Amino acid sequence: MNVAVEIAALRPATPPSLSEAGPASKRTTAGFGFWVFLLSDLVMFSALFATYAVLARATAGGPGGSELFHQGNVALETACLLASSYSCGLMSMAAHSRRRSAFYLGAIVTFALGAAFLGLELHEFGDMAARGATPQSSAFLSAFFTLVGCHGLHVTVGLVWLVVMGAQVAVRGFEGAVDRRLLCFSLFWHALDIVWIAVFTFVYLIGVHA
Amino acid sequence: MSQVTCDHAPGDIPEEESTHSSGLLVYTIGLLLAVALTGTSFWVANTHLLWGPGTPFGLAVLAIAQMSVHLVFFLHITAYKDSTNNFLALAFGVLVVVLIVTGSLVIVDDLKMTTGSTASLSMPGR
Repeated sequence: MNVAVEIAALRPATPPSLSEAGPASKRTTAGFGFWVFLLSDLVMFSALFATYAVLARATAGGPGGSELFHQGNVALETACLLASSYSCGLMSMAAHSRRRSAFYLGAIVTFALGAAFLGLELHEFGDMAARGATPQSSAFLSAFFTLVGCHGLHVTVGLVWLVVMGAQVAVRGFEGAVDRRLLCFSLFWHALDIVWIAVFTFVYLIGVHA
Repeated sequence: MSQVTCDHAPGDIPEEESTHSSGLLVYTIGLLLAVALTGTSFWVANTHLLWGPGTPFGLAVLAIAQMSVHLVFFLHITAYKDSTNNFLALAFGVLVVVLIVTGSLVIVDDLKMTTGSTASLSMPGR
């Protein structure tokens, strides 16, 4: 990289070098700060994943993952979250080019798919509780509900945040601060989808297989 | 890239590909790859094509591949020079995650071997 900078510096009419360009834009620093927060959130999730991996076989004589998990339900949840990640991307593109109606369409689709995911997850939790598989029944179920519930809680927070962003765009338009919050929201939503990949692979698919 | 700029914000599509059609293309390619990898994961878990004990390993590889697809196509985190800070932060985060998960598993596995079992964890009523 330094070599590239030096070569660029030799050319006539050179653009400013990194040190001459001044501080990064507020959008870059805000985005980077939120990115670091998200990575610390991933570290927290990794602790929950480690807990689950250690306790996955501690079923206390109760039902294990292969009896409790329905793959069809998990596949639907995955499809919802993946599609909402895509529509969130389209939403941030619409916000970038200031197309208000396209932005609202993307936001509504993202919200609907996120809410559908949450509904499926709550239905699954209720179904498990009805069969006596509550967080209190075994260390495996405590770890399961903590991990998957924590992800679901993040999705809930994301849905509330999305509603707030819709209201802010309606009232204030795409001004600087609102635009930066939209950037942070899309980072948050995509990061949740990445966590879900780990959940459906390591909890559900490997759990059903084992 | 005509000038030496600061890093772009994570999640932003780098300037040179930020026209509408190419941005759409990036997200669509990402979606297609993610759907293919997810489908493969579910298929692998339900088939006996892979050697039984190797299936979790194959699923882990597929998951890591899909996470990378999401990072590159949805979050636009790359190793290019205008994304250095974002990439370094990610590398550090991944390092901590790997240390926590493998460290916990190695320690508990070792405990299991030295004490015979973790029966106390799976005893009813605990």
